[in-house]
Amino acid sequence: MKIEVNGEPRDIAATDLAKALTELGWSDLRVATALNGTFVPAAARCDTPLAPGDRLEVLTAMQGG
Amino acid sequence: MRDFYGVTLQTPMMLGTARYPSPATMEAAFRSSGASVATVSLRREQGAGQAFWDMVRGLGVHLLPNTAGCHSAREAITTAQMAREYFRTDWIKLEVIGHADTLQPDPFGLLEAAEALCADGFKVFPYTTEDQVLAARLVEAGCRVLMPWGAPIGSGMGLNNIHGLRTLRAAFPDVAMVIDAGLGLPSHAARAMEMGFDAVLLNTAVAEADDPAAMARAFALGAQAGALAAASGPMGVRDMAAPSTPLIGKAWL
Repeated sequence: MKIEVNGEPRDIAATDLAKALTELGWSDLRVATALNGTFVPAAARCDTPLAPGDRLEVLTAMQGG
Repeated sequence: MRDFYGVTLQTPMMLGTARYPSPATMEAAFRSSGASVATVSLRREQGAGQAFWDMVRGLGVHLLPNTAGCHSAREAITTAQMAREYFRTDWIKLEVIGHADTLQPDPFGLLEAAEALCADGFKVFPYTTEDQVLAARLVEAGCRVLMPWGAPIGSGMGLNNIHGLRTLRAAFPDVAMVIDAGLGLPSHAARAMEMGFDAVLLNTAVAEADDPAAMARAFALGAQAGALAAASGPMGVRDMAAPSTPLIGKAWL
């Protein structure tokens, strides 16, 4: 299905958020996730289904002021 | 001494982690200044995040994630929730930006986000102006720390509104306050601390100096001098001269 990951269109087979992270190669990385603008805690990723057109944000630590 | 949600900081200096010429320079600035808090942010994963996370943990300071770049309460709230999980802290430097050129806070979005985050157990450090009415509302919402700006972010102008900041400081004697944004020189940090503020937050002034580590140390010394002065009871200002050498015993020549 087609979703948007960090602003880029992606075609993925995974149907939940945890599997999507694995498919995208981020399963071992420390990241924080939001789906369609709403925070999804790490523990809830397995139970978070994805739908076509979803907007997924996968964030990590960055320099800040 | 005012604390930060129960935490007493070893030094009144908070330092940003952005804009340094290299990670090693950033680490050197932290070491030379003895800064006790590092501000950090969350951005899209592009490969560099894990190394940065390891590095900031290695600094051994309190981490204060920000919501920099957020222009709405909703964006800021989601970012704060993500930061709490990622950085394992309930501290959040809440920024809701209202204007692209001045980067001044949107007071309405800021208050809305502060209310929601305080209710959700966050320890909110709101980036705000010297506006006393907004400050009162933020305190009412549950904020125990305020971060009034000195001047627009990255401008280096120092304390733009001394009167407003002095009024704000006096109005909330129990609230810890950090001068966030706009400081350019160590004398600005000293001035802020002399006025009774509890800490200063710096980034650009240190990171973009020719020698960031030396400038960080200069700011730390300035802040320390100002804090010592504030605790020492500065003299009052008068309009006319008052001789310091006694007149009694002066010879008739």
